[in-house]
Amino acid sequence: MVDLSVDLGGGHRLPNPLMTASGCAANGKELHRFFDVADLGAFVTKSVMADPRSGRGTPRMAETPSGMLNSIGLQGPGIEAFVDEDLPWLRSVGARVLPSIAGSSSTEYAHVAATLRASRAFDAVVGVEVNISCPNVANRGLVFACDPMASAKVIALVREQLPRDIPVFAKLSPDVTDITAIAAACVKAGADGLTMINTLLGMVIDTDRMRPQLGGVTGGLSGPGIRPVAVRAIWQVRQAMFEGRIPTVPILGVGGVRTGRDALELVAAGASAVQVGTAAFHDPSAPVRVLRELCELLEAKGFDRFTDAVAVAHGR
Amino acid sequence: MSERRLRARVTQEVAEVIATRRVGAYQHITLVAPGVAELARPGQFVALAVGGESSGTLLRRSFSIHKVSPSGTYGGTVEIVVSAVGVGTRWIVERVPHDTVDVVGPLGKAFPLPTEPVACVLVGGGYGSAPLFWLAAELRQRGCHVEMVLGAASEDRLFGVVEASHSCDGVTVTTDDGSAGQQGWVSDPLPGIIERTKAGVVYGCGPMGMLESITRVAQTHGAVAQVAVEESMACGVGVCMTCVMPVVGSDGRTRMLRSCVEGPVFRGDRVRWDAFDGGHARVPDDAVGAPKVGGH
Repeated sequence: MVDLSVDLGGGHRLPNPLMTASGCAANGKELHRFFDVADLGAFVTKSVMADPRSGRGTPRMAETPSGMLNSIGLQGPGIEAFVDEDLPWLRSVGARVLPSIAGSSSTEYAHVAATLRASRAFDAVVGVEVNISCPNVANRGLVFACDPMASAKVIALVREQLPRDIPVFAKLSPDVTDITAIAAACVKAGADGLTMINTLLGMVIDTDRMRPQLGGVTGGLSGPGIRPVAVRAIWQVRQAMFEGRIPTVPILGVGGVRTGRDALELVAAGASAVQVGTAAFHDPSAPVRVLRELCELLEAKGFDRFTDAVAVAHGR
Repeated sequence: MSERRLRARVTQEVAEVIATRRVGAYQHITLVAPGVAELARPGQFVALAVGGESSGTLLRRSFSIHKVSPSGTYGGTVEIVVSAVGVGTRWIVERVPHDTVDVVGPLGKAFPLPTEPVACVLVGGGYGSAPLFWLAAELRQRGCHVEMVLGAASEDRLFGVVEASHSCDGVTVTTDDGSAGQQGWVSDPLPGIIERTKAGVVYGCGPMGMLESITRVAQTHGAVAQVAVEESMACGVGVCMTCVMPVVGSDGRTRMLRSCVEGPVFRGDRVRWDAFDGGHARVPDDAVGAPKVGGH
């Protein structure tokens, strides 16, 4: 039997490296009808902001080759409702939770983190993921994740609000010239780990109506079609860690994982854990299926421990 | 697993196609899906995966359940009606007997049934009529007088006219081009039928424009409209947030609700029809958490 346990910081040892991906699993109740969410290493919730948000109008979705484009607009209940309802529910079923937080200003991120910390179910939290792919109102809507200074400021403020034993993960966008520069800025600002990658910005035109298909015009591209981009980004940042350009921290790999083989690909590139996102739209039990397949693959390849496979493709 | 299934009221199963036949412009498909058949209620739907395990067509296609036979010869079966309009639905209609399809269901909320034996009018646009025959049977079991209005652009796009005559107390057919029944829309004969039968509930399933008009007619004539919407969905299970529409809650406030879990059946007078326009649904300014000027 392969030892699947992972330590992503803060002394929280997870039983396995499989997670949901933020925004692809809601806040747990829906997928719990198909599998026990406590079977995952951690459950990553949908990005939550300070206030309730309606999200955008529709259409919010366009199918693409091996993937999809979405433009939801961070619809959500707001952090107060999240800590009153969603987090206690996840705790009640025994899930280890990695809440994803978002904001339109660095102070909003800090406020959301502080509210989370003060909540009664906070002991279910094993880390916090910071979705920095949000438009920064103070900088003409440029997303934080495209600017190393803005990213660093958000991470530093969030880090201040949370106890040391709660690792903070910065979720990076692949839509940048040099992802290692953003990764370095985030780690220097106090990020204990990185999540890679968020969606790629894309667009589809409805050629029947000759207009943008999405109500929000542009959207985030996800699904198996973007997996090579995730593998590349993880590889580049892990390489920079090996070369000493970035301190070594865990990378949560995400992007187009549909099977155990896909998960292993991200792991071999340098991911210390794997999130399953859009694949859950196709197969609601994908997160636990991928875990089972990954375990079988590791066993077949003769690995005793999952951690021995992390970044194994480097130097080969 | 049985305990989980009971609690979950939803299942995922690999279903064998046992029959498939052309009906007008549509394909009527029968699947062996005992788990779904056992749990489903009229108004609920199933979500089918397209193209096998390594398919590049990732998103499920959702279909309202036409009929279930929980204890058929082949085990429980589920029947759906498919209109082949794109790559996914074309793949589904090309399935032949003994092919398998991955099915998740039953999904969504069923049509609420009246507690008293009131008269009901069931209105179906095109193959939107698919779930109404099953609903009609349940209503008649409760002693309701049931009439049906079936409408479509043309005769080949009607579904279930013969079946309607068996399962209802009266059937009216309309087509846009007059190729069957009376020429016009389902909303034309509807006021007269509600008045004549003193109907308390109008059930509808079909395109948004039709649901809006039957809601308006029902309201004008003192009936409650219960409409099943057809929003495009990516997952069907409540996690992707793409199938939302603006609906007024019991607190009087509008929220963007998921039609897959909070619907697909909504009370017609709760839907913010004013927000729909040419394939878009905008977020009403008074919706909870609506974008503010200068904000998101």
